Amino acid sequence: MNNKTILQLVDLSKSFGAVKAVNGVSFELKRGEALGVIGPNGSGKSTLINLITGFVRPTSGKVIFKGRDITGIPPHKAVNLGIARSFQLARPFYNIPVYKNVVIPVYSPRARKHLGAKYGDRDEVAIHLLEDVGFERDSQVPYKNAGELPHGYLKRLELARCLALDPDLIILDELFSGMSMSEIASILPLLERIREEGKTLIMVEHRLSELFRVVDKTVVLNFGKKIAEGTPRQVMAVEEVTSAYLGSEVISNA
Amino acid sequence: MNPGYRKERIDRGIKVRSDDVFVLASMRDLLYVVLPRALVIILLLIFPAFQDILGSYWQNVMLSTMVIALLALSWDLLAGIGLVSLGQSLFFGMGGYLAGYLSFTFGWGPLYTLPVATVGGALLSTLTLYPILRLRGIYFGMITFAVPLLLSRVIEVTKILGGTEGMSSLPSFPNTGFELYLVMAVLFVTVYAYRMLVGTDYGLVFNAIRDNDRAVVAAGYDIQWYKAQGVFIAALPACFAGAFMTHHFQFVGMPAFALDYSILPLTSVVIGGVGTFFGAVLGSFVLVPLSELLREFGSLRVVVYSLMLLVFTIGLPEGIFRFVLRKYHQFERLVPMEEASNE
Repeated sequence: MNNKTILQLVDLSKSFGAVKAVNGVSFELKRGEALGVIGPNGSGKSTLINLITGFVRPTSGKVIFKGRDITGIPPHKAVNLGIARSFQLARPFYNIPVYKNVVIPVYSPRARKHLGAKYGDRDEVAIHLLEDVGFERDSQVPYKNAGELPHGYLKRLELARCLALDPDLIILDELFSGMSMSEIASILPLLERIREEGKTLIMVEHRLSELFRVVDKTVVLNFGKKIAEGTPRQVMAVEEVTSAYLGSEVISNA
Repeated sequence: MNPGYRKERIDRGIKVRSDDVFVLASMRDLLYVVLPRALVIILLLIFPAFQDILGSYWQNVMLSTMVIALLALSWDLLAGIGLVSLGQSLFFGMGGYLAGYLSFTFGWGPLYTLPVATVGGALLSTLTLYPILRLRGIYFGMITFAVPLLLSRVIEVTKILGGTEGMSSLPSFPNTGFELYLVMAVLFVTVYAYRMLVGTDYGLVFNAIRDNDRAVVAAGYDIQWYKAQGVFIAALPACFAGAFMTHHFQFVGMPAFALDYSILPLTSVVIGGVGTFFGAVLGSFVLVPLSELLREFGSLRVVVYSLMLLVFTIGLPEGIFRFVLRKYHQFERLVPMEEASNE
């Protein structure tokens, strides 16, 4: 492990009763890389994210972030070390205006240290962040209650909430799901810019062709195990991957 | 063909109004904004002056109304963090017993016991509830419901803190007028402080925890610690209420943990409206005097509480305060409905 490595998983496992949701997964991620995590439903992708971000404690194995063992630390501490995540189901703070939704992370311990925005300025910082992810400042949208936002905007809001934390590693859980092609197309340049800023990205996705336009490395999970790792082209060439996705085994057995 | 009518709501008075920012253009506008607030404050302030006309009975009703209002404010703040308390009497009893104990054992007067029992009681309550702060919704409610009942049984069985006898002959306040103004001052301060609090980013975090606690964790907050702070802030006025009543009655005993101190505040907030603090106070000022008027019905009063809870949750879930506020800021008129266009 050299100092360019930002995240390292060592034989990471999580069992829920008899179910091994994540089973001995190891990989390394260098600073500035973008990793795609793919796999069929129930293959342990979301659990893997929860393990890295501290929302779920691993049964065994290690998570090493920036050279520090962070296995099983509480999730808010993982955030303060520089790991931000979005959720698969984008649930905003419904009864709070959209820009105030972003003030929450802007006011958080990490952002206060990094951005140093004072009370009052934080609203301005939040609206800036919203502009960055494609909200129009002059529209009424940032001032509406977040409960009134359409789905596509919710995903952008999730992204703004991550960016507000000035993270080193951003983990996006199915950002593209439920987004239209044009919505995805409009968010791709943003992801590009995040990468240019030197941030490391992990994306869990089902929409492979869109994902492969962002990431340069992919890990494939099936039944909690890593079955392939490499560039998108490399992993899609692995027979086990295509069969896991297309279910050729099932078809041939039938 | 009868086209029918629909209600149209029109903003009254001031044209530019966003939340609490008003643009005042005339004396009339100024009165429109200031008068309702000033009127309430003035009415409260001059109330004790009518001592002779009203007699001590209604003075005492006023006292318990404000005490319940303090508990209701505390309930409302907790609800803003997503913690639904069914046991406000925990705070009341903690404050009450602490003041009673200090007074009984060391002979302290209210001047010392009130601040110490307010802060100390809030600390003790927070510590008591700390282990269950990770519980959400009804589970948190159930435990808060059980804790004060449990504490009063413990006091009964172990005979600590005076057991069933309680602690009596405690020092009292100079006079009822003093008592009224003291509680009133604390009530004003609490409403003001809570309204300020929820307007800050710090208070915003509380509301965010209510809406989606996982997202707050994902923003890097230790929500357990935040909830503990919230409980402490919410416990302060409630513990003061308990400590105050200890000196008012010159006695503290198991009734300090009574169910009434849990149910009345909750019902008050439901009647007045959740989340505004003004609603909590208004609800107490409706419910407590009403329940006094119904005193002769004895335990049937519980039926009245229950009915009011039922009627307000179904019929006016926004509560009286928001309803009145809307009526004040808007007027309605009936306008003929346009015929439905074919789409």
